[in-house]
Amino acid sequence: MLELKNYRTQVHNDWCPGCGDFGIVNAIQMTLLEMQLEPHRIAVFSGIGCSGKTPHFINAYGFHTLHGRVLPIATGAKLANPSLTVIAVGGDGDGLGIGAGHFVNTGRRNLDFTYVLHDNGVYGLTKGQASPTLPKGLKTKSMPAPSIQEGVNPIAMAVASGYTFVARSYALDVRHLKTTLRAAIEHRGSAFVDVLQTCPTYNDINTKEWYAGDDLPSKAPRLYKLEETGYDGRVADPTIRDEVNTKKGNALLRSFEWGEKIPIGVFFKMEVATFEDQLATRMPALAEKPFVEHDIYNRDIVPLLDELA
Amino acid sequence: MSITNSLTWMIGGPQGSGINSVAENFAKACIRGGLHVFANIEYHSNIKGEHSYYRLRVDSRELQSHVDWVDLLVALDKETLFGDLNKVHPTHAGHRHEVSPGGGIIYDASLKLSPEAFGRDDITLFPIPYMDLLIDALKEFGKERELSKYQVMVNTIALGASLGLVNYDFGLASEAIKEGFTGRKAALGELNISAAQHGYDYAAKTFGHNVFPIRLQRQALGGRRMMIRGVQAVAIGKVKAGCGFQTYYPITPATDESEYLESHQVTYNMIVVQAEDEISAINMATGAAHAGLRSSTSTSGPGFSLMAEGLGWSGITEAPGPVIILWQRSGPATGMPTRTEQGDLRFALHAAHGEFPRMIIAPGDVVECFYDTFDAFNYAERYQVPVIVLADKFLASTYKDIQFLNTDGMKVDRGDFLQEADIVKNPDYKRYQLTDLGISPRTRPGQKGGIFWTTGDEHDEYGHITEAADLRVRMMTKRMKKIELAGQVIPDSKKATLHGPRSAPITIVGWGSTKGAILDGMEELGANGIETNFLQIRYVSPFPKTLVQKLLYGSSRKIAIENNYSAQMAGLIREMTGIAVDNKIVKFDGRPFSQNEIYEGVSDIIKNGMNEVMLSHA
Repeated sequence: MLELKNYRTQVHNDWCPGCGDFGIVNAIQMTLLEMQLEPHRIAVFSGIGCSGKTPHFINAYGFHTLHGRVLPIATGAKLANPSLTVIAVGGDGDGLGIGAGHFVNTGRRNLDFTYVLHDNGVYGLTKGQASPTLPKGLKTKSMPAPSIQEGVNPIAMAVASGYTFVARSYALDVRHLKTTLRAAIEHRGSAFVDVLQTCPTYNDINTKEWYAGDDLPSKAPRLYKLEETGYDGRVADPTIRDEVNTKKGNALLRSFEWGEKIPIGVFFKMEVATFEDQLATRMPALAEKPFVEHDIYNRDIVPLLDELA
Repeated sequence: MSITNSLTWMIGGPQGSGINSVAENFAKACIRGGLHVFANIEYHSNIKGEHSYYRLRVDSRELQSHVDWVDLLVALDKETLFGDLNKVHPTHAGHRHEVSPGGGIIYDASLKLSPEAFGRDDITLFPIPYMDLLIDALKEFGKERELSKYQVMVNTIALGASLGLVNYDFGLASEAIKEGFTGRKAALGELNISAAQHGYDYAAKTFGHNVFPIRLQRQALGGRRMMIRGVQAVAIGKVKAGCGFQTYYPITPATDESEYLESHQVTYNMIVVQAEDEISAINMATGAAHAGLRSSTSTSGPGFSLMAEGLGWSGITEAPGPVIILWQRSGPATGMPTRTEQGDLRFALHAAHGEFPRMIIAPGDVVECFYDTFDAFNYAERYQVPVIVLADKFLASTYKDIQFLNTDGMKVDRGDFLQEADIVKNPDYKRYQLTDLGISPRTRPGQKGGIFWTTGDEHDEYGHITEAADLRVRMMTKRMKKIELAGQVIPDSKKATLHGPRSAPITIVGWGSTKGAILDGMEELGANGIETNFLQIRYVSPFPKTLVQKLLYGSSRKIAIENNYSAQMAGLIREMTGIAVDNKIVKFDGRPFSQNEIYEGVSDIIKNGMNEVMLSHA
C-alpha cells in the first residue's frame, strides 16, 4: 500500500504562502495516492514559472522543461513509452502565451495524458505582468496600466483544439480538484484541466474572497458545479456527428460564462482512438510493448539497400 | 573521333515535367550496365512551371562530382535552351551555351527553330517530334485520344532519343522504367517503355548511332552497386542505428528524409511525427530521448533557428540525444530555399545561449552520410549530448552509385544505460552524479528505482534546481568534460582525413559536400601539373585541433574552399589552431562547386596569382 509520503520529495518549497500551487500539487499527490499508481510509472512535466517547480516536489520521474515547451517534451516521452502515466503542468502564460501553438496542436493529437493549467491571470515569477487569461480592462497590483488585450478562454480553446476531456476546477477546492484530476488521468485521451488559482502576491482581483463572492450583494460563491445544474458534457456515441457538435457547442457556451457565476466541472468528454492507438494500428509492435523496450541492436537494413540496388 | 563512356547529360524543363524520373531511370540503366554516375538536380521553390534541370554524369570510373559543361542537352521546353530573357525579371539565359563543342541538343522539332537561333555552329542539333512520337506510342495502346492525360510522357520520348544517340543498351533502360511502375500501374510502365522505344528508334533511324560522338557501352560490373541519395543514406543510417522516433516540420530539403523513414516505419518500428513547428520537433525528440528511445529530428536552417532553445535544454539536461540533421540551404531567413550552401557551420557551433557540449559531424559524401549518422546516435547516448549532422541541399539531392553499403563492425553503443537489476544496487540513484569522466549513468522513466528529475535550471546531482556557486562550477565542468572525453576517445581517422600525397606543396582545406568536387578537381589539377592534397575536416566538434595542426604543419600553401561567403571553416581553424589559410575560394550563389570550378579556382590562385576567388558558374 503506497502512502502519501511515497509521492513527496524533501525538496524545499519556495512558493509564496497561500499560493494556489500548493493546492494543485497536493491534489496531484492525493490523486496519485488514491489511484495507487507506482511512482516510477509516472512522469510529471512542467513548463517555466512558479508552477514549473511542481515536478521537484513530486516523487516521480520529473521533467522541468522550457517556457512553453512542456507539451512537446511530454509528447515525445509519452510516445516513446506509452505505458507511463504522463501529467503535464504549466502556467497560463506558459500554455496559452508562449506555448499556445503547442497547446492547440497537442489537442489535435489526442495523446493519452493529462494537462493541468495553473490559471491565475498573471506571470507571477516575473512579478505580476498580465497573462493571456487576464480579461481586458483589468489591472492587477503590479501592472502599470490596465490590460488592453483580450483574455483567452482556455476551455473554449481546448474544445476547439480537440482535447477529448475538458474540465475546470479550483485550486482551493482540493476535493473537487482531486475528483477532476482523477477523471482526467483515467480518461483515455488528451485531458485538459483548467485550474483557477489565486496568486496572493500579484493578482489582487481574482482573490480567494473574490471567488467566494464576498464582493457580491448575494455573497454567494462565484463558482458553481456544472453537474449540479444537470449539465452533462459526455458524448455517448462519438460516431454521431450531431451529438458531438451539440456537446461541443454546449461546452463552448458554458465556457464563456464569467463574472458572477463561473462554472467548474467537466465541460466535455468523448472517448475516441488516441494517438498511440492509431500508431499501434499502423505498427502492431507498438501494441505489444512500448518501443523503448524493443531490441534495436540488430536491425537488418539489407532490404532497404536491396531496394536501391 | 568518338568517345566511349564519358558523358554529361542534362535534361531541363518546367517543374512538373518529370525530369527526375527520366534522369533517374537513365542513371539506373547506366549503373546496371556497370557504368558509374553522379547526378544532381537544381530546382525552384515552386510546384509547377519554373525551370528546373537535372544533370547526369556517366563515366567508366567512379565519379564524385558534376561538371559545368553538357555533352548532350535535352530540352523539354524553349526556356531550357534560351532562358527566360523575355520575362520582365529574367533570371537565366538557358543552357545552350553550356553544351560542349562537338556536343548536341535534343529538342522539340515542333518548335521549328532555325539552327541560327542557337548561335552555335560547333554542336549538332537533334530536333525530335516529341508529340508525334508520343501519339504513335499511344496508338499502340489505343490511347491516342487521351493525349492530354499522357502528355508528360514526352520526357520518356526524350530519354529514348538520348539512348538512341549514344547507342546504349535499351533493355537496361526499359527494365529501369518498368520498376517504376508496379502493381496497378504496370500497364503505364509498358506505355512508357513504348514511348522510350519510339524516341530511341526515331533518333537511331533519323540521325544514326554515329552522328553524336559519344557512346555508352556496358562494362563489367565492379561488385554489387546501389544508387543512393543523401537523404536516403542518412535515413538508412538512422534505421541501422536503431532510431525509434523521428520528428519534423515540412521544410526543403529535409522532408524527404522523414518521409522515407515514415514509409519504412512499420518494418522497423519507428514513430515519425509531423510536429507543429521545429520548436516542437526538437523538444519532442528530446523528450523521447530522455524516455529511453533513440530519437532524431531533421531540418534546414530556418527550422534549426527555431530549434536553438531546445538544443540548449537538451544540452543542460544531458539528454541522450536527439540527433539533429541540419540540411543547410542558402540563408539567411528564407534565402533560396531549394539551393545549397555551407552557411551554417558557425551557427551549428553556437546555436542557443550559454555554453554546453554538443557534437557536430559534417559528412563529405553520401557514404559518409550513412556512417556518420549511425555514429551520431552512439555518441548521443554515450556522451549524453545533442549531436548535429551537418549536411546540405547538395548532399541531400546528390544521387550516385556506390558500393553496396557494408555494415560489418557497426555496433550500437547505448553508453552507461542502467538496467533495473543494476539500479536496485544503488538505493540513492543520482541522475547527474558527478563522476571523473563527466558522464553519469542514466535510467529511463518506467524503471523502478531510477526516478530522476531533470531541469533546464542549473541543478544538483538529483536534478533539483540549484543556484549554488560551487555546484554550478562542478556541473558546468562535468558537462564540458564530456566533449573533451569524446575528443580523446574517438579515433583521429574519423575526425579528419588528408587525401592525396602528404608531400604536395598545396593543401586544399574543406569540409562537407565540397569533398567530391575537390577530389575530382585535384585529379584534373594533377594532370595539369598542379600537385595538391586535401585536408577534409569531418568533426567540427570536438574539433581535432592537434590533428589539424599536425596535418597542416609544413604545408607551404593552404587554400580554403567553401560553399559560403566568409570561409567559415578557415576561421574556425584559425581560432582552434592559430593557423591561417593563405587563400580562399568561395561560392555562395546557391549552387554547388563543380569539378571544373575547383580546377579553375586553384589555377587562378597558383597560376594567376589571385589571392581570393569567388566562383559562380550557375
